[in-house]
Amino acid sequence: MTAILKARNLTKIYSLGGLFSRTKITAVDRVSFSVQPAEIFTLAGESGCGKTTTARMILGFEYPTAGELLYENQNLVELRDKKAWFKKVQAVFQNPFETFNPLRKVEDYFFETIQNFRLDKSMKKAEELIEEKLQAVGLSLCDIAGKYPGELSGGQLQRASIARSLLTNPSLLIADEPVSMVDASLRMSVVNLFRKMSDSFRVSVIYITHDLATAYYISDRIAIMFRGNIVEIGPVDQVLENPKHPYTKLLIESIPQPDPQIPEKVPIKILEEKEEYLRKGCKFSGRCPEVQNICKQQIPEDISLNGTVVKCHLYQK
Amino acid sequence: MNGLIEVEQLQTFYVLEYLGKKKTIKAVNDVTLSIPENVIYGIAGESGCGKTTLLKALFASIEPPLQLFGGKVSYLIKNNFIDALSLNGKEKRELRWSYISYIPQGSMSVFNPVKKLKVTYLDFLESHVRGKAGRELLSLARQHLEQLGLSPKVLDAFPHQLSGGMRQRIAIALSTLLKPQVILADEPTTALDVVAQRAVLQLMRDIQQEIKNTIVLVTHDMGIHANITTCMAIMYAGKIVEVGPTQEIFSNPLHPYTKFLIHSLPRIGDKMPKKSVPGAPPSLLNPPSGCPFHPRCPEISDFCQDKVPDLNNSTQNHKVACWLRRESCDCNS
Amino acid sequence: MGVLKDLFKDYRFAVGFILICFLSFLAVASFFSPYDPIEWLQVPRDKAPSWSNILGTNSKGQDVFWEATFAIRNSLIIALIAGLISRVIAVLVGFIAGYKGSIYDRVLMGITDGLLVIPLFLILVLVAMLLREALTLVSTGLLLAFFGWAWDARTIRSQVLSLREREFTLTSVLSGNGTLSLVSKEYLPLTIPLIFSTLINNIAWAIGMEIVLAILGLVSLDIPTLGTTLQWAINYQAMLLGHWWWILTPVILTILLLVALYWFSISVSEYLDPRMRIQRIGAK
Repeated sequence: MTAILKARNLTKIYSLGGLFSRTKITAVDRVSFSVQPAEIFTLAGESGCGKTTTARMILGFEYPTAGELLYENQNLVELRDKKAWFKKVQAVFQNPFETFNPLRKVEDYFFETIQNFRLDKSMKKAEELIEEKLQAVGLSLCDIAGKYPGELSGGQLQRASIARSLLTNPSLLIADEPVSMVDASLRMSVVNLFRKMSDSFRVSVIYITHDLATAYYISDRIAIMFRGNIVEIGPVDQVLENPKHPYTKLLIESIPQPDPQIPEKVPIKILEEKEEYLRKGCKFSGRCPEVQNICKQQIPEDISLNGTVVKCHLYQK
Repeated sequence: MNGLIEVEQLQTFYVLEYLGKKKTIKAVNDVTLSIPENVIYGIAGESGCGKTTLLKALFASIEPPLQLFGGKVSYLIKNNFIDALSLNGKEKRELRWSYISYIPQGSMSVFNPVKKLKVTYLDFLESHVRGKAGRELLSLARQHLEQLGLSPKVLDAFPHQLSGGMRQRIAIALSTLLKPQVILADEPTTALDVVAQRAVLQLMRDIQQEIKNTIVLVTHDMGIHANITTCMAIMYAGKIVEVGPTQEIFSNPLHPYTKFLIHSLPRIGDKMPKKSVPGAPPSLLNPPSGCPFHPRCPEISDFCQDKVPDLNNSTQNHKVACWLRRESCDCNS
Repeated sequence: MGVLKDLFKDYRFAVGFILICFLSFLAVASFFSPYDPIEWLQVPRDKAPSWSNILGTNSKGQDVFWEATFAIRNSLIIALIAGLISRVIAVLVGFIAGYKGSIYDRVLMGITDGLLVIPLFLILVLVAMLLREALTLVSTGLLLAFFGWAWDARTIRSQVLSLREREFTLTSVLSGNGTLSLVSKEYLPLTIPLIFSTLINNIAWAIGMEIVLAILGLVSLDIPTLGTTLQWAINYQAMLLGHWWWILTPVILTILLLVALYWFSISVSEYLDPRMRIQRIGAK
């Protein structure tokens, strides 16, 4: 199986600050990963770890400073025809209430997509196509016909957003925190949809989240990001059931388990984002419980350990 | 009546009038609740179920378009029950600042972006505490932050220099400086990632253990309730559908809605397919008749559509509002 | 029609609308005037209001009422030219700078800020002095339009900047919309209230500015406008001589016009306010 998307040493550098004191922050630092056809790949990490920047670069909303993004061996950085690219990659966003313009009807976006990408000429065919995708997410055209976003619930809007993104039959779907704003009682139904879509439409999903529990539930492979680096990547069962990197361990431990019996957790330390971005050596060394001297000097290398890749000095032979 | 805060049959509705059309949103509809002393009390429910409105009522802040339609909120202060909603403006202000601290949603954005944290903080404090100099207050705040394990240096920072999690923790820490007996926190961890969330929860637990006060924590995240609260109430469509000790609610949920909420939570190590509650949350403009959950309930019985179930004891502390959990004789009457 | 019905429930709109209708009616009436607006000595001079000249006559031998209808028409023409043209500039500059960003933003905002920092009134007076007799209706309108867009372009730009950050922008891009259709379909509906209220404010500003320029004698005084009418009245000592009808007519008409525009503007922008519109959509 060949990967549909490959990122090789993808890097994005922002420079911050005013006229006199400029600091350069490497928001995404030589990140490499690949996405297989019809798999769900999770990018997980806390806020400010570079996961959204990575997604925006894949969508073409930001240009990488260095590195390359290959879609079926074609470099996306050199791609100029954005519209052709949006036919193959689509996205679902975090806030369902913001996904559609409050003063426009939701259905308008569906018809526009069909028109702009010349998917179908006749009105009737277009309606059939829309109905097909809406049915797949458990809605129908009469549910959204003539309605404004304010008249639909968050769950419905997020389903509609998924249905719209599937209209062009994309091979890659980017879902940026798609359930964090959906009501708790409806959240799993939206999460389940991604699995269903990936199976029935053969679309790969890049699922971006900080919620490792849902990531574990739906994804095939996972990459844990920390301050611009992927610190651990591998099949989701291995990474989350048997975490290797201390940061992955910390993340898993921080999930509020739905079980009141679990004893209290040890206090944790949080450092400021900028401080950690500018750190020499391993960026996690500031709050790593298993820190060694070498961690503060040298950036660890990627180490393969039966199926997963870890960026940590602990596993250096 | 043995709680610190007693809510009795509270009804507060939003009355909106637009171009002659009147709309009533039944945000808190007949809620009775008793919140004990020295606990972290959780209120769970999804967005639009009225939990924020309930919190506003607890803060005695019922302002148009929100209107009181009946019921009472009373606080036990020095062995006297004080009806918070009938106080006048000055008394309310006194009650709030000596007794209650309210942490509204998104409180991490309360700081003035162009001023140092301490400036905003002093501005806000000096309007409430008289007779203390700014410097004294500031050193008090520094001490307080240090006690809670936060660096006092942050007071000299500008808001944009700190992360959301840090700002949220400072907002919470500073709002508890006057050692309030009651802290009302509305979704304090939404918009934060798991690590920052953990730090905020830790802080709240530390504060509670230090002051031995009552924290009312409103959030939709059942995982947080499981982690930090001792007792909790589940709210649905403006009504409380289940109350009880958190452990009991999680080990033996009685209301079908609570069951769904708990069983649909994903866990690491468990790949069983999870289902959400069918249907969509009801609109509070026209809540369903009878039990508000009946259109989505998989175990619906004859009564559910017509009659509203009351909160009934299942065990001593565990109460549920559901027709299915009644003794059969109850149903016939 | 439902829109008008809803709007008429607001008394400010009702009053503003009726006043504007009345003043426009006066402006239209000028086409049926029995007198030439520029010729002198067409009627007996300095007559108080009577049945034959309902607002009296002035020292130039003109009928005050019919002269006022021309004044309103011409003032409105100047203000509309100024308002509409400056709106086109403001919207274009605001949208391009806000949406395109980078170099477009820097160049356009540089020009805008340049216009904002120069003391506008002095420049207007200078330019008006230089052009003087060439300042007919259209050129006065254009002059005011040229100086009246900068602040509003900035306001529109800042609104577009915040809209650009909202997620529906990305949805629209992913739906295959190009820049032009994105801006017109997504942003315009949300900025219309702002554009509309700045339009009305700009019209009111242009009316006021024209009066100021006229009183300073910096525009062509032959053409009757609210400003020049006032200028002539002051010039002929109408106040001292007790010709109150001559001076009061333009003053009252100006006040009515400005009040009407103000009420009209705030009630309509309240109605068009996206938040209110969203509420109305929900109310159906």
